[in-house]
Amino acid sequence: MAQATVTSKRSTVETQGHLAPREQSAASRERIIVETRDLVKRYEGVTAVDGLSFQLREGEIFGLLGPNGAGKTTTILMLMGLTEPTSGSVSVIGYDPVRQPLQVKRNVGYLPEHVAMYDDLSAQENLYYTADLNGLSKVEAKARVHYALERVGLAEVAHKKVGTFSHGMRQRLGIADVLVKKPRLIILDEPTIGLDPEAVNQLLDLILAMQKEEHLTVLLSSHQLQQVQRICSRVGIFVKGRMIAQGSIEQLAEQLAGGKRTLEVAAQPSGSELVAALQSIPGVISVELAGDHWRVGATEEVRPAIARTIAERGWSLYHLRQRDYGLEEIYLKYFQGA
Amino acid sequence: MGGLFAVYRKELADHLGSRRFIILFVLILFAGLSSVYVAAQSIRDQVANSRNVFLLMFTTSSGPLPPFFTFISFLGPLVGLALAFDSINGERNRGTLSRLLAQPIYRDAVVNGKFLAALTTVAAMLTSIVVIVSALGIVELAVIPTSQELLRVIAFLIVCILYVGFWLALATTFSVLLRNTATAALAGIAAWIFLTFFVSMIADAIANAFVSANTLLDPNAILQVTQMRDMIARISPDTLFQEATVAILMPNIRTLGPILISQVVGLVPNPLPLSQSLLLIWPQVVGLLALMAICFAIAYVKFMTQEVRSL
Repeated sequence: MAQATVTSKRSTVETQGHLAPREQSAASRERIIVETRDLVKRYEGVTAVDGLSFQLREGEIFGLLGPNGAGKTTTILMLMGLTEPTSGSVSVIGYDPVRQPLQVKRNVGYLPEHVAMYDDLSAQENLYYTADLNGLSKVEAKARVHYALERVGLAEVAHKKVGTFSHGMRQRLGIADVLVKKPRLIILDEPTIGLDPEAVNQLLDLILAMQKEEHLTVLLSSHQLQQVQRICSRVGIFVKGRMIAQGSIEQLAEQLAGGKRTLEVAAQPSGSELVAALQSIPGVISVELAGDHWRVGATEEVRPAIARTIAERGWSLYHLRQRDYGLEEIYLKYFQGA
Repeated sequence: MGGLFAVYRKELADHLGSRRFIILFVLILFAGLSSVYVAAQSIRDQVANSRNVFLLMFTTSSGPLPPFFTFISFLGPLVGLALAFDSINGERNRGTLSRLLAQPIYRDAVVNGKFLAALTTVAAMLTSIVVIVSALGIVELAVIPTSQELLRVIAFLIVCILYVGFWLALATTFSVLLRNTATAALAGIAAWIFLTFFVSMIADAIANAFVSANTLLDPNAILQVTQMRDMIARISPDTLFQEATVAILMPNIRTLGPILISQVVGLVPNPLPLSQSLLLIWPQVVGLLALMAICFAIAYVKFMTQEVRSL
């Protein structure tokens, strides 16, 4: 597995920081890249982050979901070492961002919410500056900058001033900026804000491709649910400074559903006989009318049973669908509950 | 170096290629050229009789046109303010500051690099102007500077750089403390007006408050009041600069304050060697350096302790 060589090379580096990454057994082969424990941040009486504990595994795309003002950006700033936590501990790639900020920043690329480049410099010059700040030699810088520009599709406009770029191009340049330093983790704060749907898709595809090719771990903060759903393997829901749920989308859906499934059934004839027939199926707990179809609550997989029951009686089945909880429902449920 | 050189290089390149720099450079160059040309014309006749003719170019005024060093004392602060008033808050407003701080550089490399780059730009500007102006003077007067005169011009340059450096530091402080670049520029100009024009008026007013009918009769009392007035006026870096440059560029100047006639009796009016002139103005030079250092220290501490959220 490609991950194996990556971990063995880096294992000598990761002994510092008071939270050493736990190298798990060969069977799971997952390294924890970011870990926070009871992280708290208070500004002037406002508690922006309230006891946050989560882990980020290497190679995954983690979505930090939450409304504006939930504390996502503050958490990201603490991970980057740009702000000091009030209490709690953070470990990023084995380093403490407060004590060892340079090591963290060397390996973590950060794309802030309002990506900004120097408008009077060209795209290339901006990236060369970043390379210079990262201590790359001239030769290395040239190679990395060209690679980054190619990768995001801005090679033709490398010499144009950034002031002339559209918003989508700036976002891509921001990603190129992050790639120049060859990071192990990239943190993207609302990367798709203000982009048209085409550009959003391009950006998401780019993130996915990069994550595969460069063996990156991605932490994505957003409130755009569909986009998060598309690329994130795990999601954390952030509300008022607390992470109220985390896990993969399937896990969250199951948690929320509480083992209960909801199905939509539409059949003819539709009336009390249908209701009685449905209720007789083992596992069905409720049947309610919902507009033009019946909403059936069940504790187990009952679709084959419903289909069979209706067919046996010679009735016509028009619609049978199991409603899965999508991210939108999950989000709204948790958000309402908080 | 934790990113200091990278920031320094980029800021220096930005400054030297910017329109702002070119405007300031041309402005001061014209001011310098005109004052020196006119001064050269007026002392042309005295060339044969005087010593230190070369230095006279910088200190002679002709008619309404002030001498060269007065131009510098006037325009130097503007150069310092103009180059640095938006150094930190400009980055913040454009949003590039958080991008900078997300790179593996020490946080102070940003403010240090910017300040050093601006200081280098000022040094380059002043040095080239003084050299150009001296060349014009040499051509006009057909006089070659002696080594003492040359050393004095170099000392003058250093004092100029220190002086403008104070204004650079002040502008940097404003750019750290104030969010809006225009407000920072206005604050700088307000400070300049106050320190250049009002401090001497205030010094006069305070000194006058201590003058009574008795004071005029007692020479010691007059001396004390005058010295107090001078001390208050020295709050302004403009006063310090004027005193320092006057002593450097006019070797005949022996004192910087009032003296009694009894001290002057029997004095042979020879020009001072450079070492003695420097001894005379050492407090002023240290004062300028201290002002610059204190201003920069305030900017540094505030920048390092500001919360990133506001970035």
